[in-house]
Amino acid sequence: MHAQLFESLSHALTQVQGYIYPNELELQWSILIVLYPYITGLVAGAFILASLERVFNVKAVKPTYRLALLTALAFLIVAPLPLNLHLGHPERAFQILFTPNPTSAMAMFGFVYLWYLMAVLLMEVWLDYRKEIVGWSKTEPWAPKRLFYKIVTFGVDNVSPRSLEIDDKLGKALTVIGLPSAVLLHGYVGFIFGSIKANPWWSTPLMPIIFLFSAMASGIAGVLLLYMILSAYRNKDTDMKCLDTIGKFFLTALVLAFSLEMLETIQQIYEAEEHFDILSLLVQGKLYFSVFFVQLLMGSLIPMFLLGLIQLTDLPEKVRKAFYAASATFCLIGIFAMRWNVVIGGQFFSKSLRGFTTYKLELVGREGLLSAVVVMILPFVILAALIYLLPPWENAEHAPPAKSSET
Amino acid sequence: MRGLQRRQFLKISTAALFGSLMTKLAAPLAWAEDFYREPPWKRKKPYWGFAVDIDKCIGCAKCVEACKIENNVPKEPFYFRTWVERYVLRKNGAVEVVCPNGGMDGYPDIEDEGGVAKAFFVPKLCNGCEHSPCVQVCPVGATYKTEDGVVLIDKDYCIGCRYCIQACPYGTRYFNPVTQTADKCSMCYHRITKGLATACVEVCPTGARIFGDLSDPNSALTKFREDNKTESLKVHMGTEPKLVYKGFDKEIR
Repeated sequence: MHAQLFESLSHALTQVQGYIYPNELELQWSILIVLYPYITGLVAGAFILASLERVFNVKAVKPTYRLALLTALAFLIVAPLPLNLHLGHPERAFQILFTPNPTSAMAMFGFVYLWYLMAVLLMEVWLDYRKEIVGWSKTEPWAPKRLFYKIVTFGVDNVSPRSLEIDDKLGKALTVIGLPSAVLLHGYVGFIFGSIKANPWWSTPLMPIIFLFSAMASGIAGVLLLYMILSAYRNKDTDMKCLDTIGKFFLTALVLAFSLEMLETIQQIYEAEEHFDILSLLVQGKLYFSVFFVQLLMGSLIPMFLLGLIQLTDLPEKVRKAFYAASATFCLIGIFAMRWNVVIGGQFFSKSLRGFTTYKLELVGREGLLSAVVVMILPFVILAALIYLLPPWENAEHAPPAKSSET
Repeated sequence: MRGLQRRQFLKISTAALFGSLMTKLAAPLAWAEDFYREPPWKRKKPYWGFAVDIDKCIGCAKCVEACKIENNVPKEPFYFRTWVERYVLRKNGAVEVVCPNGGMDGYPDIEDEGGVAKAFFVPKLCNGCEHSPCVQVCPVGATYKTEDGVVLIDKDYCIGCRYCIQACPYGTRYFNPVTQTADKCSMCYHRITKGLATACVEVCPTGARIFGDLSDPNSALTKFREDNKTESLKVHMGTEPKLVYKGFDKEIR
C-alpha cells in the first residue's frame, strides 16, 4: 500500500514547479473533501428552496416542496461518508462527538450535522408525512412495507383535524428554525476553509457567505433538475408556474454568489498582498480551465444569461424548459468546479509562496475516482428509496409513483 | 419616614450602579497602558524555546538525518520534521531556493557564481507557536501544547483528518503513512525532559541550532536572544513563534 503511495509521490516530485516545503508534496485533502462541501451545499440549497414554500409562503414552488426535503435528507445522510473515508483512523471518528476541541471549527461538524439531521430534517419530513404515514400503515397491502409505516408512526395515529393543525404549526416552526440551521450548516463548511489563515486562497471572511450562496444555487439547480427529470419519467407535465418561480430564485442566488466571488477577486487583485503573485499564477496556470471556463463561464455566466433572458423576454414554454434544464446542469457542474478550485486549488501552491505541487487523481483506492463516484451515486439511491417509501407527489397514494394520481 | 428611607436607598443604589457601570464602560480607555503582555516563560518553568543562527549553518543536513533516525521519521523524501533550505539570491534579484531530500542529498552546484549576491542555509522546524493554529483547529485535541511550551501530537488519539497540516503556516507537519496520523517535530520531548539536548542540536557541528529554557535567565538560548537581533517566520500571522532566527533575510519564507 505504501509502495503505491511512494511511487506516486516520487512521480509528483518530478512535477514540482518552483520551490515547495518538502512536506507539501502530498496533497492532504483529496477529491473526497471536494465532495463534502458540494454535498452539504446541495443539502442546504435544497432545504432553503423547501422553506420558501413553508416560511415565505411562496405557494408556486409547492410541487417541489417534498421533493426538496427528501433530496436534502438523502444528501445529508451521505454527507459524513466522504469525511470518514478520508480519515486516517475512521474508527476514531466518534471522538469528534465525545471529546470535541471547542476551538476547532471541524469539531462542531458532528453537532451541527446531528442537529440538522435529527432536529430539523427528519422531524420536518415526519411531521409533513404523518397523515399519509398513518393512512398507509393501515391500507398498504404489502406486509413488510405496512410494518415500516407502522413503525414510523411511532405509535401516534391521531390524525384529527386538531392534531394535523398542530403538526402544521410545528412543521412551520421547525422550518423557521431549520432555515438558520441550513445557513449554519453550510456557512460553517465555508468557515472550515475561510478560517485557515495559513492559506491565502482560503482565508477570507467572505468564504462562508460565498459558500452559502453557491450552495443555494446548486441546491435549487439540483431540485429543479430532479423535478424536471422525474416529471418526464412519470409522464407528468411540469408545473410551469413552479419552474418560473424557482428560476427567479435560482437567478438571484447565482447573481449573489457571482457578485460575492467577484468582490473577493477584485479585493485580492487591488490589495495585491504578498501572496498575490502565486495566486495569480495559480489561476492563470493550474486552475485556468476550471476557474475561467468551468466555474465562471459555464457555471455562472451562461446560466445567468439564460435565466436572465427568460426574465427579460417572452420565451415559449419549451424554450424556457430547455433553458432551465441547461442552466441547472451547467450550474451543478460549475459549482463542483468551484469546490474543486477551492479545495484542491488551495493545496497546489506552497505556503512558501514559491512554487506548486501536483495532484493526480487515482482511479482506484480509498480516495480515488471510483470512491468519489460511489459517494456521488449513493444519495440518488437513497433518494429513490425515500421516494418509493414516501412519494412526494401531490395527492399521492401509497402506490409506486408511476401509478400515483396527481391532478 | 419609611418612604423617605426607601427613596433614599433607591437613589443611592441607582447612583452606585450607574457609577460602576460607567467605570466599567470607560475601562477600555485605560487598556493602552496595560498593553504589555508577560511572556509565558516568566510564569512557567521550564519553558522550551529554539533559535537558529543562519550565519553559522553550513548546510551539512546532519540535523535532518539525526532527526529522522531519532524520531522514526519515514526515510522517503516526502516526510520531514526538520529540513535545511539553501537560498541563492542573485544580483539581478532572482531568488533560488532548493532543498533536495531535506538537504540530505547535498545541494546542486551553483551556476554562474559571479552573479550571486549572497547565499545561505536556513534550517526549518516546528516554530513552537505560542498561539499555534494547528492546536486551534484539531477537532479532537490530539495535538496540544504542553505546560513547558512544546506542541505535541498524541498519535494514539489523532483521527488523521489532516486539518492541522493545512493550518500550519510553516509546512512543518506531515501525514505519517505508517501511523496514519499527523506528525511533526516534538522538540525531542523524550530527550529534553531527561536533560538531554534535541537530536538535531546534538549533532550540529557549528552550533547553528540553539535549544534551551526560556525561563532560565542564564541559559544559552536566553543569552542568544538577548545578545542578538532576531526575527521569526510570518510574524504577521500572530502565531508568536518561539523559534527565532539570527541573520534573517526578507526572502526567507
